Amino acid sequence: MPQDKETVERLSDLISSFMCHASGHLPDDVTKRLNEMREVETEGFARQIYDVMDENMKLADSLKRPSCQDTGLPQFFARVGAGFPYQNDLEASLVEAVKKATVRAPLRHNAVEVFDEYNTGNNIGHHIPWIDWELVPDSDELELYFYMAGGGCSLPGMAKVLMPLEGYDGIAKAVFDQMTSYGVNACPPCLVGIGIAGSAEVAAKLSKKALLRPVGSHNENPKAAQMETLIEEGLNSIGLGPGGLGGKLSCMGVNIEQASRHPATLAMGLSTACWAHRRAGIRIKPDFSYDFFTHKGASL
Amino acid sequence: MSTFHFTLPVTDEDIKKVHIGDVIYLTGDVTTGRDDVHHRVVVSGKESPVDLKGKAIFHAGPIMKKISSEGEEDKYKIISVGPTTSMRMEKAEAEFLAITGAKVIIGKGGMGPKTTQGCIDNTAIHTIFPGGCAVVAAEQCEDVEGVEWLDLGMPEAMWKLKVKEFGPLIVSIDSYGGNLIEDNKIRFNERKEKALAGLKGKLDYMS
Ligand code: SF4
Repeated sequence: MPQDKETVERLSDLISSFMCHASGHLPDDVTKRLNEMREVETEGFARQIYDVMDENMKLADSLKRPSCQDTGLPQFFARVGAGFPYQNDLEASLVEAVKKATVRAPLRHNAVEVFDEYNTGNNIGHHIPWIDWELVPDSDELELYFYMAGGGCSLPGMAKVLMPLEGYDGIAKAVFDQMTSYGVNACPPCLVGIGIAGSAEVAAKLSKKALLRPVGSHNENPKAAQMETLIEEGLNSIGLGPGGLGGKLSCMGVNIEQASRHPATLAMGLSTACWAHRRAGIRIKPDFSYDFFTHKGASL
Repeated sequence: MSTFHFTLPVTDEDIKKVHIGDVIYLTGDVTTGRDDVHHRVVVSGKESPVDLKGKAIFHAGPIMKKISSEGEEDKYKIISVGPTTSMRMEKAEAEFLAITGAKVIIGKGGMGPKTTQGCIDNTAIHTIFPGGCAVVAAEQCEDVEGVEWLDLGMPEAMWKLKVKEFGPLIVSIDSYGGNLIEDNKIRFNERKEKALAGLKGKLDYMS
């Protein structure tokens, strides 16, 4: 089935505008949490750094620029309604949207081909943009998340398979170790995403999906929600502060996502989002009307 | 905690005034250089095309926009520039300071013992610009004077920036062996052990 050029043009225009906006504006939940944290951090460099962060977001908005020079590797998480009429044009539209946003925003060139070791110069590469597909029954919409995976905030990422007797304590320990070492360079306060599953790749993927959940939301399982709170409180007691320079708090929150595990394995994955957590979500209807639900009131 | 305003190039006397935890603001020539620039200068032994004596080396990979037209001399505008993780340069930084004579390193996160020794030996400092605040930093750059080693790609090239009151730069390594981030890490690790001990028994979901 050939692609419909007009649809690709229309969809990619809309999605690239959405990406450009995301490069210079944080989602509403992140802005709210950062403002709350800024109120708590009244001492030392912490306050000064929060003030510069705030000034930076205001300047990014007024000058229409990406708020951080590291605009990341482009990643999409697409939940496609089984009845969404443009399935055949969607992948091409996402690739085209990245090309357009790279020039328009402009985004930094971040796709480096592995083995051949060169920068492709347009953020398109082997499996990049990274696209995660989910099919949603009984829907004719597209729910699309865009995430800018920066270098510093991707560095604490890890996955490993624990033995069940290492227990949930073992997961917590790995998270704490990683946050006090690599986490300091990941432009804290971070949002911490944890995946728990039966194998490493599932846990890793869930840990990234956990970052797509709003800051302050909780896992539906009460024990998982409790673990989120306990790890968040524990991390905050360390007081990494903004930029890892010390403060009263460490992180914006902890989100956990899980899949059933194997009786003999307890796999965990960790992904972190820096304070500049550029995640954006949009719902697009068959008539191209949209709801930019992570950034209310934004006009594209 | 004191605040200093320096004009580049800085002198050894300037650097000696500064201690970890102080805040400085810089005016003058700042050049970007990260992984590949350090590799070229230190490992491949190529001479830095920019004279860095007394100047600042900025661990950063900016977004630049070419504003000159075809046929004109290349001219760029800075869109966004912010610090990258300094630790990646740990292996090469001490030698980089010795070879180039740079006095101020700007980056984010801390650096290790090799760089700390390098700062003692070369009377230099490492400073931290707030991470992710790239538009603030870009607005403090008055001009892009040129670029060298552009064959390394936009993020890795050496961009010659003219900055005004560039900061806040938090001094994380001074010329006396002080290392703010390493000190913090000791504190963080103590608190980490306490926090983990506090979790004991609370996450016992195995039946
Ligand atoms: S960690 Fe985030 S805020 Fe910091 S430099 Fe990387 S992308 Fe920017």
